[in-house]
Amino acid sequence: MVTIEINGKPVQARPGAMLIEVADEAGITIPRFCYHKKLSVAASCRMCLVEVEKVAKPLPACATPVTEGMKVWTRSPKAIAAQRNVMEFLLINHPLDCPICDQGGECDLQEMAMGYGRDVSRFHEGKRVVASPDIGPLVATDMTRCIHCTRCVRFGEEIAGVMELGAPGRGEHMHIGTYVEKSLSSELSGNIIDLCPVGALTSRPYRYSARPWELKAHASVSPHDCVGANLHLDVRGHNVMRVRPRENDEINEVWLADRDRFSYLALAHEERLLAPQIKRDGAWQTVDWNTALTAAAQGLRSVMQNHAARQLGALAGYGATTEEFYLLQKLLRGLGSNNIDHRLRQLDLSTQEAIPAFPWLGQALADLDNLDAALLVGSNVRKEQPLVALRLRKAARGGARLMAVNPVDYDFNFPLAARRVVDPAAMSQELIAIAQSLLELNGEQAPEGFAALAAGVVVLDEHRLMARNLKDAAQAAVMVGNTVAYHPQQGALLMLASLVARLSGARFGILSEGGNSAGAWLAGAVPHRRAGGEASDSAGLDWRGMVSGGLKGYVVLNVEPELDCIDGAAARAALAAAECVVALTPYVTDAMRDYADVLLPIALFPETSGTQVNVEGRWQGFAGCTTPPGQVRPGWKVLRVLGNLCNLDGFDYDASDEVRNELEAACSAVLPSSKLVWKAPAALPTRGSGLSRIIDYPIYSVDGMVRRSAALQNTPDATAGVARLNAAMAAQYGVATAARVRVTQSGGTCVLPLVLDERVPNGCVHVPAGVATSAMLGADAVLELTAAE
Amino acid sequence: MAQANIELLTPASRAEIDTWVAKYPPERKQSAVMAALRIAQDQNAGWLTTELMDAVAAYLGMTPIAVYEVATFYSMYQLEPVGRHKINVCTNISCLLRGSEDVVKHLQQRLGIKLGETTADGRYTLKEVECLGACVNAPVAQIARQYYEQLTPELIDRIIDGLE
Repeated sequence: MVTIEINGKPVQARPGAMLIEVADEAGITIPRFCYHKKLSVAASCRMCLVEVEKVAKPLPACATPVTEGMKVWTRSPKAIAAQRNVMEFLLINHPLDCPICDQGGECDLQEMAMGYGRDVSRFHEGKRVVASPDIGPLVATDMTRCIHCTRCVRFGEEIAGVMELGAPGRGEHMHIGTYVEKSLSSELSGNIIDLCPVGALTSRPYRYSARPWELKAHASVSPHDCVGANLHLDVRGHNVMRVRPRENDEINEVWLADRDRFSYLALAHEERLLAPQIKRDGAWQTVDWNTALTAAAQGLRSVMQNHAARQLGALAGYGATTEEFYLLQKLLRGLGSNNIDHRLRQLDLSTQEAIPAFPWLGQALADLDNLDAALLVGSNVRKEQPLVALRLRKAARGGARLMAVNPVDYDFNFPLAARRVVDPAAMSQELIAIAQSLLELNGEQAPEGFAALAAGVVVLDEHRLMARNLKDAAQAAVMVGNTVAYHPQQGALLMLASLVARLSGARFGILSEGGNSAGAWLAGAVPHRRAGGEASDSAGLDWRGMVSGGLKGYVVLNVEPELDCIDGAAARAALAAAECVVALTPYVTDAMRDYADVLLPIALFPETSGTQVNVEGRWQGFAGCTTPPGQVRPGWKVLRVLGNLCNLDGFDYDASDEVRNELEAACSAVLPSSKLVWKAPAALPTRGSGLSRIIDYPIYSVDGMVRRSAALQNTPDATAGVARLNAAMAAQYGVATAARVRVTQSGGTCVLPLVLDERVPNGCVHVPAGVATSAMLGADAVLELTAAE
Repeated sequence: MAQANIELLTPASRAEIDTWVAKYPPERKQSAVMAALRIAQDQNAGWLTTELMDAVAAYLGMTPIAVYEVATFYSMYQLEPVGRHKINVCTNISCLLRGSEDVVKHLQQRLGIKLGETTADGRYTLKEVECLGACVNAPVAQIARQYYEQLTPELIDRIIDGLE
């Protein structure tokens, strides 16, 4: 450590640290625009000029490393004069339009001008005017206000890994832009709104709707992926006006994915269910809560009386709160049924017994920054968990070798040191080959049953490279992504990936699908485990069993099975055939009106208190910050009353904290683990004829909220259903020139636009799920494809 | 997203770009961007289309905006069609003192266009440039790779008459 003196006060500093960092830590304010602690130093705005002893001219604090004995003055006459003069130059071309600028009231330039500027401008000449390009539905531009700090450019280049904004032109003509007018494609583009120190880049959906001093910030947590990004919900009255990141270096740092930031737009969607409804003689009636809850309890009881408790089942969505999951399973189990599941996107649940208490990342999110090597298996991490991809990118910039075994050559925002892109049906062979290569490297005996699997598997140089990279790394990880969860042989892939991790000494992690899968597992929203991971007395039916078994009664919580379930067609048919379906739902769809008998409106995350457990196993509680609209009530309260009306004990909670405390006590013995006990997968099935379907959920189709966020649905990442295959396959199937193709899977048929995409391997067609146009397709591994015309 | 088509660069252009790429370390391929843009411009009647810049970006493994930044920074890259003969007249201090204003005036009259414009028949583009580094024989103009020095209206007429 070196000792320097700032404004006469001695300060300890790390050698090589920049003055501005040291001053920030010491709580000494130095004005700045271009400097940002998470970005590289540009030293272009010159606002942070300070006086340094024995240096004739003021120095920029952001680009001046500290040295022993350095004496610095941030408020000396020389420093103040320098800052005032820089401010005067910055304001030369800046318009005086603060009254109509959305940044007004939270503008760095406004604040710095007040604190460090002159009172009147001496500049009488004409100001520069810059055209504002349309860069998409999320970010509004007013480039005349830009002061060229280049934070947005550096963010794209360094953090997001997609440089879309740049600074074309020179001198007076230099401006921030895209050169070619286009929408930003980055899934992290909203962060430039926070980074922009002026009103040049502002939130487009929030535009002109509120002033910062009218807003009250409430802490919350994003439910859209397993990261659990920390949020500030800015509320005015009863409305969430916008969402901003809440800094947490261990989770989201200062960033948010656009999905976390703009999903709030769906809070007031027209499909919100605002009052309880019941179906009487085939017609929907709006009723009061009492009537609806009595009808719901009555419906469940009559299923039990006329049939049996095991004819009841519960399907929950990934984004429910942990308290809701807990109460739902408590209700079902109280009624005598273990049929409860939230894993509606997993086709193969054969390894559910081997999974520890919850699917765990195997490490902290922050540990990902320091990885030296990582193998992603079946993961489009950039679009599945954008903030995890951001950490992996950080690791890659530090030299980590990142590798992938994937069914599509996904575009990552980090380079891959090795990749295998194969038919989903061949993914297990890839893992076997890597494991085989590790066994050879280790000179180790193959685990039981492995040799039979490995017979006939060819080990390629690429596999050996992957094995060596993992083994040689001090910090290595093998992580399975969501494409594995959706895979018809998920069990085999999990076993093999965990074997690769064990053989290479890497940490094994599961990047679970959905927002609160960990919470659901811990709460017992799985058929074979009670709360706290304790084995169920008798395992209930998983969702596939519930759907194929055709139960008589269902409770549906915060999920639209027709879209959210990977076999939506089958789920919908099973629900339609049931005698009683009670849906606790924030939104109501036509499908729901068709199959449900009671509709109970429940709150979305900003309107309820609750807890999310993220992929690290971190419990993150949040409070409700707005009153729910209409008659909507928090889900945990609805479940509490349902429990009471069903005459069950232990449903007398006054606050969601009491639910959480009860569950936390049950989970007190749970230690996070990602260890799977090796059990050789059964012989891998050979794939039938036809094209393998590669299935994934596009980033803006993962749940009801993001599907209803108009701004997100207008971005290039939003998809309305598409079939992608490579040109060779298209030629082979005679559809090379077709605009649309007919796709048939498990008896369901739809017509989709065809996109030729060389990232899709031979023998496969990529048909994303979660969109209405392909919701009728089934769950078979292969599908048939013909030209539509 | 439409993939950039590196085929837009002719084989000869790509071969020439490769000689520039070879001068830099492999991980610094983008250092060849200025040469690559010049080569691309030369193959396309003296100007760069967005598609050509995208092709250069793809060829050098750069993001398109980084190439646009370079192409918009330097005045020697043309982003709009230019005439067959691009007449670059220096109007910097030495040439100004030695009568470049008359040179510009004469050229504008003779060609019927202003600085920065192209004749309707697509033959000539008139462009104002900064110092060409030949102050000793000011005023100076550059056409293609050729310098024309100590310009007078008569000399200009002769030069233009001599252009095909």
